[in-house]
Amino acid sequence: MMQRLLLVLGISLTVVGSLAPFVWFVLTSFKTQQEVEAVPPLWWPSGGWHFYRAALFDHHLLSYVGNSVIVAGSTTLLALVIGIPAAYVLARVKLPGKPWILGGLLTVSMFPQMAIAGPIWRLLANVQGLNTHWGLILPYVTFSLPLVIWILASFFKELPAELEEAARVDGCNTWQTLTRIMLPLATPGIFTAAILTFIYSWNEFFFALLILTQPDKHTLPLGIALFQGEFTIPWGELAAASVLATLPLVFIVLLCQRWIISGLSAGAVKG
Amino acid sequence: MANLEMRGISKRFDKGLVLDNISLKVPDGTFAILLGPSGCGKSTLLRIIAGLESHTSGQVFIDGAPVDRLSPAARDIAMVFQHYALYPHLSVRENLAFGLSMRKTPRHVIEERIADTAQLLNIQELLDRKPKDLSGGQRQRVAMGRAMVRKPKLFLFDEPLSNLDAQLRTNTRIELKKLQQRLGATIIYVTHDQVEAMTLGDVVVVMDGGHIQQADPPHQTYLYPANPFVASFIGTPPMNLWQGRLRQEGGTGIFLVGGLEWTLPPFAMGDTGSFAGHAVLGIRPEDIRLEPTTRPAIHIEASIDLNEDLGADQIIHCSMMGESLVVRASQRPLVSPGQTLSLFLPHDKLHLFIDDRRINLLPNSDP
Repeated sequence: MMQRLLLVLGISLTVVGSLAPFVWFVLTSFKTQQEVEAVPPLWWPSGGWHFYRAALFDHHLLSYVGNSVIVAGSTTLLALVIGIPAAYVLARVKLPGKPWILGGLLTVSMFPQMAIAGPIWRLLANVQGLNTHWGLILPYVTFSLPLVIWILASFFKELPAELEEAARVDGCNTWQTLTRIMLPLATPGIFTAAILTFIYSWNEFFFALLILTQPDKHTLPLGIALFQGEFTIPWGELAAASVLATLPLVFIVLLCQRWIISGLSAGAVKG
Repeated sequence: MANLEMRGISKRFDKGLVLDNISLKVPDGTFAILLGPSGCGKSTLLRIIAGLESHTSGQVFIDGAPVDRLSPAARDIAMVFQHYALYPHLSVRENLAFGLSMRKTPRHVIEERIADTAQLLNIQELLDRKPKDLSGGQRQRVAMGRAMVRKPKLFLFDEPLSNLDAQLRTNTRIELKKLQQRLGATIIYVTHDQVEAMTLGDVVVVMDGGHIQQADPPHQTYLYPANPFVASFIGTPPMNLWQGRLRQEGGTGIFLVGGLEWTLPPFAMGDTGSFAGHAVLGIRPEDIRLEPTTRPAIHIEASIDLNEDLGADQIIHCSMMGESLVVRASQRPLVSPGQTLSLFLPHDKLHLFIDDRRINLLPNSDP
C-alpha cells in the first residue's frame, strides 16, 4: 500500500513537473498584455487569440514553420534513406571490424556540438552552404544517423533470420528481402527513429543560429527566439508561437504511437 | 519431382569440420530423413542443399545438374522452417502467393494453385487471416502449403513438427506421410525424433559427428544397425551394449564382459576365422526373453533394480555382476525390484561390433 502510494506520488510529481512549464506558456498565450505583466502573476487568462494573431501575422511565424518543415522533413527522410540500408547491413551481413563501425558511430554522436561547430561552419562556408536549408540539413543528418542506425540495427537483429531465408527461397534478392519482408516488420523501429530525428531537427537551435543568419531562412526555434519587441520582450507572442511550434510534434507523436504499439505485437514466428 | 545427389560435401566452420565428406543419393519420390543428435550436422547439410549455406568442398546435384552456384530460388526447392517463418505482415493467402508472384506466375495460375493447396491441406477458412491469428498446428499447415503451392523439385523440412504438442505431432505426422505418398514428392526431412524418422522415412540417414553413420530403410536400420552409435540411437529404450573382450576359436566365439563369459555363435571374421580383441555386444531390450525359447540363447541371471510400468509394457532395469541391462517385456507377469530374473538372449537377436563395424553372426550354423 505504501509502495503504491509512493509510486502514484512519484508519477504525479514527474508528470506535473514536466508539464508545468508547458501549461504555463499555454496559459500565457491566451492572456492579454496586462495579464502577462501582472504582479503577482495571474493564473487564469481572460482568453483571446490576440497573441496568436500577432505571432502568425506580425512575426511571420508561418514562414518559419515552412522552413522547419523543409529542414526537419528532409533530415528525417534522408536519415532514413541512408540509415535503413546501413542498419540492415550492420545487423545481418558478416563484416570484418563490425564492432568498430558500430563503436565509431557511437563515438561520433558523443562529440560535444560546441567542439565541431567551428569546423562545420568553415566547411559549409567553403561550399557556399551557409544560409541555405541544405547547409543545415547536412549536419542534422550527420548527427541523427548514429542514433537512427543504432535503433534500426537493433530492430533488424531482433527479427528472425528464418524469415529472410524463407524470402530467399521464395526468390527475393537482398534488396527485395529488405523492402518486402524486413521493412514492413521493422515499421515500429522506423517510426521510432523517424520521430526522434524529426523532433531533434525541429527543435535544434544552436546550429540553426550558427548557419542561418538571414531571417527568411530561419527555422522555428530560431525565429521565435529572435522575435523583436519594441521596448519589451514579447512574452505573449513567444508563448503563442511556442504552442504553435509544439503542436505539430505532439500531433505526430500521438499519431505514430499507434503504429509503434501495433508493430510490436506482430508475432513474427511462433507465439 | 526430382532426385538429389551429394558428392563429398564437407563444411568447415571456425570451430572445425561440421560435415566430413558426405555423399548421398536420394532417388525421385523418396522420403529421406536426416536423423541425428543436435550438432551432428544434419541441419547444416539441409541448408547446404537449400543453398542457404555454402559448403567448403563437394557438389550438390538436383536432377543430375550441379546447383552449387545457384541461389536458393534458382534451385527450385521449397523449405519448411522449424518456426514456420510465415511472413507476419501478410495474410495466409499472400503468404502462399508470395513465392509464386516473385516468380512472375500469372495471376490466375496463382489463384488456382492456392485454391488447390488450401483444399488439400484443409485451410480454406484461414486464407484471409494473419499468421498471428493462427494456432501452432494451423501455422504448420500454412508453412507446408507455402512449400507445396510452388510445386518445387525438392521439399526440405527442418524439424517442422518440433513446435507442436505431442497429440498434434502424431496426427500431423500421419497426414504428412499420406500427403507425401499422394504427391510422390521427394522430401529431405531433418529431425532428431526417431519415431518421426522410423514412421515417415523411406530412407533414414543417421548422422553423427559430421559423418553419415548409416543410410538404409527404417526397418533395416533397426534390425541391422551398422555400428554401436546407430544401435544405441535407434530404439527406445536404447539397445543394451556391452564393451568386452572377444575371442574366436574354431566354430564358436567367447565374449567376456565383467566376470561373465558368454558363448556366441560363430561369425565371419577375416580369412582365418580366428580373432581375439575388443568388441561390443548388443541386444535390444525388447528382444530379451523372460522364458526359455527353443532357439539357441545366452542364459543369464539378473537382479531387478527398478521397474517402469508403461501400461502396455514394462521397462525392467537389471544388473548382473556390475553390468547393467534393460529389458522391455509385455505387462505380465509384473516384476518388482529385488527379484532375480532368469533372462534369455536369443543368438539370432545379438548384434556384434568390432572396430565400430557390424560383424554378422551366423546363428543358423549354431548347434
